[in-house]
Amino acid sequence: MSLLELDDVSVTYRIASGEVPAVRGVSLKLAAGAALGVAGESGSGKSTLAMSLLRLLPADARVTGKILLDGEDVLTMKWGRLRAVRWAEASIVFQGAQHGLNPVRRIGDQIAEPLLVHGLAKPEGARKRVAELLDQVGLPSWRARSYPHELSGGQRQRVMIAMALACEPRLIIADEPTTALDVMVQAQVLTLIKELVASQDISLIMISHDLSVLADVCGQLAVMYAGRIVENGPSHEVFHDARHPYSKALAAAFPTVGDPVSRMAPKGLGGDPPDPMRLPGGCSFHPRCPVAVEACPTLDVELWSAGAGRTAACVHVKEAS
Amino acid sequence: MTTVAWARRKMAFGRFWTTFRRQPAGVVGLGILVVAVVLALIAPLFIDDSVTSVVSDTGKSFGAPGTDSALGNDESGRSILELIWWGSRTSLLIGFLAAALAMVIGTVIGIASGHFRGWIGAALMRVTDWFLVLPSLVTALVLAAILGGSMTTIIVAIGVTAWPSTARLIRAQTLAVEARPYIERSKALGAGHWHVMTKHVLPNVAPLLLASTTLEVASAIVTESTLAFLGVSSNKTSWGTMLRGSYDWNAASNGAWWYIVIPGLCIVAVVMAFTLVGRALEAVLNPRLR
Amino acid sequence: MTETETPVEHAAATRTTLLEAQDLHVDFASRGRRARAVDGVNLAIGEGEIVALVGESGCGKTTLARTLLGLERPSSGTVRYGGAPLSYDSRSLKAYRREVQLVLQDPTGSLNPRHTVYEAVAEGPRIHGLPDEEKVVADALSRAGLRPPERFFLRYPHELSGGQRQRVVIAGALALNPRVLVADEPVASLDASVRGEILALMLKLRADLGLSALVVTHDLGLAWNIADRVAVMYLGRIVESGPVEQVLTAPRHPYTQALMSVLPESPERVILTGEPPDPTRIPGGCRFHARCQVLASGRAEEAGVAARCRTEPLEILPAVPTAQEACHYAALNP
Repeated sequence: MSLLELDDVSVTYRIASGEVPAVRGVSLKLAAGAALGVAGESGSGKSTLAMSLLRLLPADARVTGKILLDGEDVLTMKWGRLRAVRWAEASIVFQGAQHGLNPVRRIGDQIAEPLLVHGLAKPEGARKRVAELLDQVGLPSWRARSYPHELSGGQRQRVMIAMALACEPRLIIADEPTTALDVMVQAQVLTLIKELVASQDISLIMISHDLSVLADVCGQLAVMYAGRIVENGPSHEVFHDARHPYSKALAAAFPTVGDPVSRMAPKGLGGDPPDPMRLPGGCSFHPRCPVAVEACPTLDVELWSAGAGRTAACVHVKEAS
Repeated sequence: MTTVAWARRKMAFGRFWTTFRRQPAGVVGLGILVVAVVLALIAPLFIDDSVTSVVSDTGKSFGAPGTDSALGNDESGRSILELIWWGSRTSLLIGFLAAALAMVIGTVIGIASGHFRGWIGAALMRVTDWFLVLPSLVTALVLAAILGGSMTTIIVAIGVTAWPSTARLIRAQTLAVEARPYIERSKALGAGHWHVMTKHVLPNVAPLLLASTTLEVASAIVTESTLAFLGVSSNKTSWGTMLRGSYDWNAASNGAWWYIVIPGLCIVAVVMAFTLVGRALEAVLNPRLR
Repeated sequence: MTETETPVEHAAATRTTLLEAQDLHVDFASRGRRARAVDGVNLAIGEGEIVALVGESGCGKTTLARTLLGLERPSSGTVRYGGAPLSYDSRSLKAYRREVQLVLQDPTGSLNPRHTVYEAVAEGPRIHGLPDEEKVVADALSRAGLRPPERFFLRYPHELSGGQRQRVVIAGALALNPRVLVADEPVASLDASVRGEILALMLKLRADLGLSALVVTHDLGLAWNIADRVAVMYLGRIVESGPVEQVLTAPRHPYTQALMSVLPESPERVILTGEPPDPTRIPGGCRFHARCQVLASGRAEEAGVAARCRTEPLEILPAVPTAQEACHYAALNP
């Protein structure tokens, strides 16, 4: 059984000038212990989707559909139960580790806080657990007595991960966990996440705009555009042999160093991301699509099968199958 | 092209007005201000300086409201209503000009001390701090006493003591603007100090300045009244000099409450109105408060 | 590989140097200590050449770029433009601004939110009092790929997408008709699909206008995409430089090797340990030795250079177009 199942999830923001559809009918499944990467650009709805999983969206957002965590619908959950779920079953690692930590409290106290608040440990036990968690994320246990400003950016992101791990969650949602980190530090944090997922049987949803990073960490990859999933499948295949022209463009945006094809030939995508309040009709990608055909502006796209375990929302995929 | 630019400016003003309208207190304040200013401006059409004359008056000394004058008379039988109306011109004028003076000094010193790092900025800041800790009322009193009583003296006395808080505010905002990458870009394009300060910093501090000036007018009117009450006046009828008069002529023991209460209420109403408008402007224009 | 290598090397060798750093040092006071942000750099950018300056944050690459722009004054050493040393009186600096222009990382922050696109692009021409302002602005916008330019004149930055904003910033630089662009992480804050478009624009500007560029980045993929030459910087010094094909396919300095190894899809990762580099505490000997994986693994010991790594400082690399690296170990196998 899947740990997490999304069924036709839509999120709409209500603002002064009307309704903004941020996520439009997303269905996904994540098995226990698996890692899913969600790729997309700013405005694609990927972060909104991540926030909706734990109902962390602002009050002006309306969520419809079903979000089943272990068979229980997060959207209809009672407040008390939701609180328990947020700590014990799923936790979020945000981007921007600088702001996620309280600058005037020692990091050990911050990691121990949920354990003490929820009565999961006594102060003595909590101290042991903090040392254990710091060890897991590769920091010496004396760091528990440090303040956030004494740590480097990568170390702070490690602390954020330790905080997410504190209550032994079954699902971690990581929203751009390595953006704003240096390449070397980014590699360290990604390796850490990969190891944790593998060794502790934790499921992972990782959000990023960098397809290569996601392909590196996650087994499965979903690409979002204008609030919809346009391609879904095993990450290696999606990254190297994308079926949807948008995933192709994303994959080509970060070249493989040493590949003669991309030398002196940066690949981009013309046009701009669509305004969610004025989405193009038919396939919303068609105005920017290099392989659009006559049918695209009117065609109702859905995720068609694109090979074993793969789907893509492109008319060319439909025709091929 | 200029017409389109104008249309855009009008649109921006429209947006500002829509947000401002959502501040009920601000709208009330603005209403009171408009009435007060319009009345002060049209006063010469109906009355003139003779209302302040103690020789040409016809009314009864300390006449109660309603007898021969709507708001009663003062010790010399002058109509309080006419004095208030005529005096509003002096009070508002001093308020506006003193605030404008404080704003100009505060802006120049604030932007300069924020823009020029190093010893110039530090020196300007020390001067500001020095003025800030100076008891401004006492300073204004001394200044006015030295320079002699006239409208200009009072404006200068209030203006030169009120600017440090504006300077502090503008300096903080200048530092925030100067940290933005577009300042670096501008410097790389070849911009000098003057260009950076006038083309980038000033437009960005202007909204804050408007809000702060509005508040400054209110405090200048109060200071003028206080100075007048303490005996330093421009020798022209203002709300402050009326209060002084009511004190000098023992209005309280003569039972002439209207002589004290009415100028007092006028000051409170106008100051309150400026404060309400200033707070509303601050809320609309200062992105950090939103 | 060798087929692509030869013409590039040939071109690099015949290019005349336009902008050059000579033994450049830039120091800062940082919490009472002296930070040697740039600690001896020789770097030359030829006419029509795109050089990528690669390194992690804190390695001094941004300081080096700002010094080359004349926005920072070197503590010692010289910046040369067209052979003549840069002079720092305000008149010469202003003239220099028309030759060397800047593109910053964050296009949103680089544009004054209260200025229209026209005003943003016209800022440079106005400062320098160029004639035909409107034509200059229109030309610059269309060169930067915003066509038809008139449609963008009265827009405000917040009405544009990230890619369009960066094009406005580039147009603002082009309006002065410079010969060198210094771009500090020009695509780091842009969306993935827009990134390639902006990089392609830089290549096109080089082809059309013969524009040289120094691109400061942490992204080796970017260097591979558009640069002729790459210089890898570590703690204030360039540790390896040369033609992109050579340096990025067969890196010789252990630091470059480590950077390459953490790219996604590289077979084996070398993750550096030790403290992150701190320009107030530059280690003696080779400045990389405390984190060097070759030294840590004992290979330097076997080769008999371990002692030199720890104690003997390396020569500052000269500004030559050919591949070179500052490493005792690599020097054993030229």
